[in-house]
Amino acid sequence: MAKKVETLDEVTIRFAGDSGDGMQLTGTQFTNTVAALGNDLSTLPDYPAEIRAPAGTTYGVSGFQIKFGSVDILTPGDTCDVLVAMNPAALVTNLKLLRDGGTIIVNEDAFTEKNLRMAGLTTNPLEDHSLERFQVNAIGITKLTTNALAEMNLSTRFVDKTKNFFALGLMYWMYNRPLDQSIRFIEEKFGVKDKQVAEANLRVLRAGYNYGDTTEVFTTRFDVRPAKLPPGRYRNVMGNAAAALGLVAASRKSGLQLFLGSYPITPASDILHELSKLKEFGVKTFQAEDEIAAICASIGASYAGALAATTTSGPGLALKTEALGLAVMLELPLVVIDVQRGGPSTGLPTKTEQADLLQAVQGRNGEAPLCVLAASSPADCFLTVYEAARLAIKFMTPVICLTDGYLANGAEPWLIPDAATLPPIPVSFAKDPAGFQPYARDPVTLARPWAIPGTPGLEHRIGGLEKQDITGNINYEPDNHDLMIRLRAEKIERIAADIPEQAFDGPASGGIALVGWGSTFGSIRSAVTGLRESGHEVTHIQIRHINPFPRNLGALLAGFRTVIVPEINSGQLIKLLRAKYLVNAVGFNVVRGLPLRSEEIEEFVEKQIGGNHA
Amino acid sequence: MPDTAQETPAKLTIKDFQSDQDVRWCPGCGDYSILAQVQRVFPEFPHKREQYVAVSGIGCSSRFPYYLNLYGIHGIHGRAPAIASGVKMVNPSLDVWVATGDGDGLSIGGNHMIHMLRRNLNIKVLLFNNQIYGLTKGQYSPTSVLGQITKSTPAGVIDFPFIPVSLALGAQATFVARAMDRDPKHLQEVVRRAEGHHGAAFVEIYQNCNVFNDGAFFQFTEKETKDDHVVYLEHGKPLVFGKDRTKGIRLNGFRPEAVPLDGGKFSPSDLLVHDEKDSTLAFILANMIHNPDLPRPMGVFLALDHPTYEDQMGDQIARAKSRKGDGDLQKLLNGEETWVIK
Repeated sequence: MAKKVETLDEVTIRFAGDSGDGMQLTGTQFTNTVAALGNDLSTLPDYPAEIRAPAGTTYGVSGFQIKFGSVDILTPGDTCDVLVAMNPAALVTNLKLLRDGGTIIVNEDAFTEKNLRMAGLTTNPLEDHSLERFQVNAIGITKLTTNALAEMNLSTRFVDKTKNFFALGLMYWMYNRPLDQSIRFIEEKFGVKDKQVAEANLRVLRAGYNYGDTTEVFTTRFDVRPAKLPPGRYRNVMGNAAAALGLVAASRKSGLQLFLGSYPITPASDILHELSKLKEFGVKTFQAEDEIAAICASIGASYAGALAATTTSGPGLALKTEALGLAVMLELPLVVIDVQRGGPSTGLPTKTEQADLLQAVQGRNGEAPLCVLAASSPADCFLTVYEAARLAIKFMTPVICLTDGYLANGAEPWLIPDAATLPPIPVSFAKDPAGFQPYARDPVTLARPWAIPGTPGLEHRIGGLEKQDITGNINYEPDNHDLMIRLRAEKIERIAADIPEQAFDGPASGGIALVGWGSTFGSIRSAVTGLRESGHEVTHIQIRHINPFPRNLGALLAGFRTVIVPEINSGQLIKLLRAKYLVNAVGFNVVRGLPLRSEEIEEFVEKQIGGNHA
Repeated sequence: MPDTAQETPAKLTIKDFQSDQDVRWCPGCGDYSILAQVQRVFPEFPHKREQYVAVSGIGCSSRFPYYLNLYGIHGIHGRAPAIASGVKMVNPSLDVWVATGDGDGLSIGGNHMIHMLRRNLNIKVLLFNNQIYGLTKGQYSPTSVLGQITKSTPAGVIDFPFIPVSLALGAQATFVARAMDRDPKHLQEVVRRAEGHHGAAFVEIYQNCNVFNDGAFFQFTEKETKDDHVVYLEHGKPLVFGKDRTKGIRLNGFRPEAVPLDGGKFSPSDLLVHDEKDSTLAFILANMIHNPDLPRPMGVFLALDHPTYEDQMGDQIARAKSRKGDGDLQKLLNGEETWVIK
């Protein structure tokens, strides 16, 4: 039977299954394939903290959502159009994310009495009419997979592990995507070690694709044309990988050895993994005994003349607090990447949140100002980290770069930068002993000289005790302390002269400004697009430089009647904006451990406008 | 060895290692002697002044770097081994020294200490042990003895103390030694040995805090009692001690015991012979502290040759570069799968 092909602008698919079902791999494979076909896309891995929770439980469900399209894709989607559920638990936990009329593809073989009970169901949703508002396709994926591998004489356990490739193959058929990327992947990943494993996975992948083609269940397949992205060479990139690349690029452009001191923590560990592979770039990675040692080793590395970085997440940043104060006191360059996760305490390790902002800006004993930046998309982690390194070196200061779990594991197409045209990062180590003073300052930046061990005649001692202006000797005099407090603050303020003015999308002044920072970029931009379609004039301001703020930010905000600040926290940026600019801003705050939904932002803004008119 | 191969430097003197800062330890503090012995032997070492880095944490001992005219970091409490590790990894040609105390190095910084030692970074640790917190004015430390009355233990210490040498051995340190502030010649020799060791060196130095814990080590340091309470370890030699060298240590099974050499029953050939390469023996010697009838061993307990962390780190990088060539940034940015949009 010839099948109809329908063209869509955008589609959101959610893969859900047991933690052991390989949903992250399935999602990543689908992502790489659609990326290579030139679609714009955004992904959201959503997995539990437990590595392998008991099979069939709701808390063991791992999900991966991808939105892709021929249009500009800004978020992984508030809701999905297609839900692929490998078992009842995956269905019940994800059903609320499926839009009405959406498509469900389930492995009906997994809807056993035991699994239904594990999912807390008393009746089978495939039979009890509870799914009538959706298009349900119940497919015996386990049986079909077993049939596909019948001749290979493999264990049931092994066969069970390949069934995610059946689902992947079926989705490739449904969205008219070729198999070659995944075939290449399977051959490279398994083929070398075990030809049988590779062969089995390939058969199952093809079986899924062919099933779509031959079964009469599906009458329509869909096509999504390439997006109109700016011309150039693209790759797919996740936030943690982009951050790692940003550090390597900064190392190359500055000519400095890259040192990373780190302690494993979700969701930041991938940066350590990525950099530990890059020894041919001279990168030195050090997995320390704890978070404190990680940053302290990086401080030592910076003192010795390396581009030093440390990577962590919220609890780790808390542990690094005292050492960050030391870095402020020593005035040494240091890049700190905080991949934020749900807090407080251990919180929600695998979920996303923006609740470390105040910790980053102010969370130290004494007054210890430092520079804070925030990345706005997975690919933007590259430039943000690169910029952090540039500022750290130029101003001799620690810089905290905030990303989060969503950016870290989310992916998007990336217009690959030209290494040659990245902004230069000049470095000049102090060399001349004549008149050398460890705390003499550059008249423009107020940066002190970087004098590294091994340089004759510049031997000097620095430490955490208050120091005398210029000489750096220990000094407890009241007026000197007051001066040093001011100098350290002024140095950070002067960064504002070195960074771009705050950009904005929409009118430069007027009714409503939506002001965000970090990973809410996509959600806010989608909401802004929606609000404009409903006839509202809205300006979007997304702040990358949080401390110091861009020099024009105060004047820009003053031009709007209503300033709305959506954040995945209880209102942190808004506190800083109000304190600094006395702006009467309104917060939109939802802290679910997930990206903000653009529809919710739209509704909130509509309500605000309505309220203002009333 | 990468960290000593330098052209012959101009001869340095003790003056080259004295900084212009006033030394602010209490008069009579054992730290003065330790500083003096370090300043005395550093000029003998094959480094230029700018190659030394002294790192410390917090506490009286941690003021050490300020009084040496070298590169130095006075860090935060307990973290000197971690800071020093970063310095050494980035520039293995530097001669990195850590000055710490029993509180700084074994309490708040205990974790960093053991891990730095087991990694075998070529860093030298001088741990000033005075069995008390000095800078915070007299609380007990992890090496304070049972029953010790201090500001925070008016009824006596009830937690069992660390034996720093045993801790270092347990942490797989490749060089472990003990010396005393009041035995300057021996202290100098131990500092020389630490310098000559290619790997992490842990030196415990008994140091008298004359304000808060005066006399804690007097039976080992004072003329009248010293000879009967201290045995000096020398590689390949039997353990002999006593005023007229008439006593020795022999092993009875795994248990060391003191025996007289002048009674006709035992001769030096019955005695335990020190072997710095024997880590089992090192533990036995470290445990002699539990028997008050035995003298306290001083000197080098253990000196093993193991590859250092920073050398292996450098080797991995060199191997990757020879296999893959120097990293190409543009290739790295491109990644494995790319596509072109026209």
